[in-house]
Amino acid sequence: MTLLLDAVLCVLLLGTALAAVLGRGVFRAIVFFIVYGLLLSVGWVRLEAVNVALAEAAIGAGLTGILLLTTYGKLTRVSAEAEPDDAGVNLPVALVSVAVAGALAWAWSVLPEPTRPRAELAEALPRAGVENPVTAVLLSFRAWDTLLESVVLLAALIGLWLLGRDEDWQQRLGVPQHARPGGIMTSFGRVLPPVGFLVGVYLVFIGADEPGGAFQGGTVLAAVGLVAALAGLIQPPRIGQWQWHAGLVLGPLVFLLAGVAGALSDSGFLGYPEAIAGTAILVIEAALAASIAVTLAFLVIGPPEKGHRE
Amino acid sequence: MTLWLTGVAVGVLCTLGFALLRVWHGPGRADRMMAAQLSGTAGVAALVLLAPMQDWAALDVALLLALFGALAAVGFVKATSSDGGGDPEEVDIGADTPDPTDRNADD
Amino acid sequence: MIDLATYAFTGIGLVFFVAGTVGLLRFPDVFSRLHALTKADNLGLGFIALGVALQAETWRQVAMIAVIWALALLAAGTVSQLIARDALIKRDGR
Repeated sequence: MTLLLDAVLCVLLLGTALAAVLGRGVFRAIVFFIVYGLLLSVGWVRLEAVNVALAEAAIGAGLTGILLLTTYGKLTRVSAEAEPDDAGVNLPVALVSVAVAGALAWAWSVLPEPTRPRAELAEALPRAGVENPVTAVLLSFRAWDTLLESVVLLAALIGLWLLGRDEDWQQRLGVPQHARPGGIMTSFGRVLPPVGFLVGVYLVFIGADEPGGAFQGGTVLAAVGLVAALAGLIQPPRIGQWQWHAGLVLGPLVFLLAGVAGALSDSGFLGYPEAIAGTAILVIEAALAASIAVTLAFLVIGPPEKGHRE
Repeated sequence: MTLWLTGVAVGVLCTLGFALLRVWHGPGRADRMMAAQLSGTAGVAALVLLAPMQDWAALDVALLLALFGALAAVGFVKATSSDGGGDPEEVDIGADTPDPTDRNADD
Repeated sequence: MIDLATYAFTGIGLVFFVAGTVGLLRFPDVFSRLHALTKADNLGLGFIALGVALQAETWRQVAMIAVIWALALLAAGTVSQLIARDALIKRDGR
């Protein structure tokens, strides 16, 4: 029966992926992509990769859907026609796509057979200060990668802001949002954020010992802020506000300071003394989660736009 | 018990597969969106059913999916409103609403 | 006895999911399809959650399942209202 379950899941995953790529119409492709993300997180659970499943659920269900649908809405308003005519196959694009797919397939085929680092991990884990092996790898054994990734997110946001129009630069971020006071959307925006905030903090906190962590929790917090903003209950900030700048750099900064502190003591750069390793990782994770939340929310809201009421 | 719960999960995933036919055929954007909504609920149900088998860790994932179950639909009504930031409840529908059996096709 | 209840509840839940999907595929217009959908959302998931909660080993798991169902209810209620409104407006002016 388990085999049947996995088979059905595989068929659905392949089916939604093909439908998203091959079906005509942008809107249909977006909806299939949203369902694909949902099925993917069920798939990760089946593979017992709950950390990845949580990230996929938060990103796929929380942020990507809104991002793609907002883009679709913008396309329909700008050109009144987001659904392109059936112009046949665009040969150069098709060739490039096939080449990229081929290169990826080749790269995958020459990768060495992955081995589970059970022995090394079991030997090293007690020194990490946390019990979730994924958190141990991300924030201790390969902390260098995670530090750079947190900076990449920030770079992406700066790149996005550069796309804003000069004359809108002083405006608040994103399209102005409004909803009927006391309506369904407003009530939803009032009920969901408190619960979501708790879930986000919970995910960051249990990340040390169970599946969860800064990225999953931060994404949940970003989605929560987004819900309140979409319901028109909170006004998005302007680019120049220093409090939000502080929020954006808090995670990378704390991470970097912890790394330097390790280098100055004798644990080495990004190494933590064993006695305080658990606490250090929790502090870094909390700071990272805050920065990831602010950065992702700003990325989805988009560059500043005119029309905000003051 | 495990066998039964897995079987029910397979059944729920199959209904999800059939709901996808509505995403494919539409005809309206609302139809595609609501079919995606049903898929989301089916996904949550499947995860809840699988939870006892996998040390209950699936519940955390189900919690996230349930938490954000409405987000795509909120994004949808926002995105298709006239200025991209509206709420369908702000629009006065008026008395001359056309026949409700009429379809709102998107393409 | 408890196992029997789990069999029954999850079975009923599956029936609601099947019924909701059949309604989604067979009903003639947006609003009746929406009606079918919310039955699957609320009752299908509700019965399945109840059935699985009976198998839970700790109260924490029961609480988690309850929160999951409550959140799904909130989502279903919000979504069906918003989509129905949206569909009503979009037909205006067509």
